[in-house]
Amino acid sequence: MKAYLTRRYWFSASHRLHNNAMSAEQNLAVYGKCNNPHGHGHNYALEVTVAGRVEAATGMICNLADLDAFVDEKILQRFSHENLNTLEEFRSVIPTTENLCIEIYGILERGFHHAAVEKIRMEETMLNSFEYAGGREAKH
Amino acid sequence: MVYLTRKAEFSASHYYHNPEFTPEENRRIFGKCNNPHGHGHNYTLEVTVKGNVDQKSGFVVDLKDLKETMNREVLDAVDHRFLNKEVKEFRDRIPTTENLAIAIWNWLQPKLNAARLHRIRLYETPDLFVDYYGEA
Repeated sequence: MKAYLTRRYWFSASHRLHNNAMSAEQNLAVYGKCNNPHGHGHNYALEVTVAGRVEAATGMICNLADLDAFVDEKILQRFSHENLNTLEEFRSVIPTTENLCIEIYGILERGFHHAAVEKIRMEETMLNSFEYAGGREAKH
Repeated sequence: MVYLTRKAEFSASHYYHNPEFTPEENRRIFGKCNNPHGHGHNYTLEVTVKGNVDQKSGFVVDLKDLKETMNREVLDAVDHRFLNKEVKEFRDRIPTTENLAIAIWNWLQPKLNAARLHRIRLYETPDLFVDYYGEA
């Protein structure tokens, strides 16, 4: 019996959207307020969806404590209360929420082995959200 | 094909315990959820059905029928119950949210006439939910 489990996490971080290859005017035109040189912050909601058979012995797809511990150590501690632009991951990648999704999906796919990572979804604000399933079509 | 989702809320208690595990294993695997006196949640259930829009009624499914079916098949069985002790599916199966979503699918699926069941989404808390689409 295959099922999908989604857990929601929260973290706060700041970023600035700016591409060095573009002029100041182009940056302002493309990124608008997000180009403010001092950066700005969001409360990001991160939803991690894992997929798998429900194990008969435990009734679980995977142990939530394992997922929580992994996300806390590898994702929340890495990104929470950081300026994303200062992190190695975003030295040459613009820290849009699209790119943050791809980065976080990669961390989960490489390091979390208790269940298959189906997709992640991030809300940057209440009005916008992003999903990434490793390039696959996400099951909605 | 149009998809329609109806929500419902219920409160229930449960605990996680596998009699084949030792007390230490149960505590290690299930943590606080292993407390034998149980603990409760306010669950939110989303039932999504799919079907073609009926030309005469403009409906995918009669919402009143769906609500009554959900009340009869699901809420009457689980609302304000201790799942481990009062729901027969969980006499020998651990009432995790995964297994509860599957049980709800199995209760509803044979009772729906006009529309086909597409998905059961069950929130245990606002930050945790399970999706089940039937046997893959």
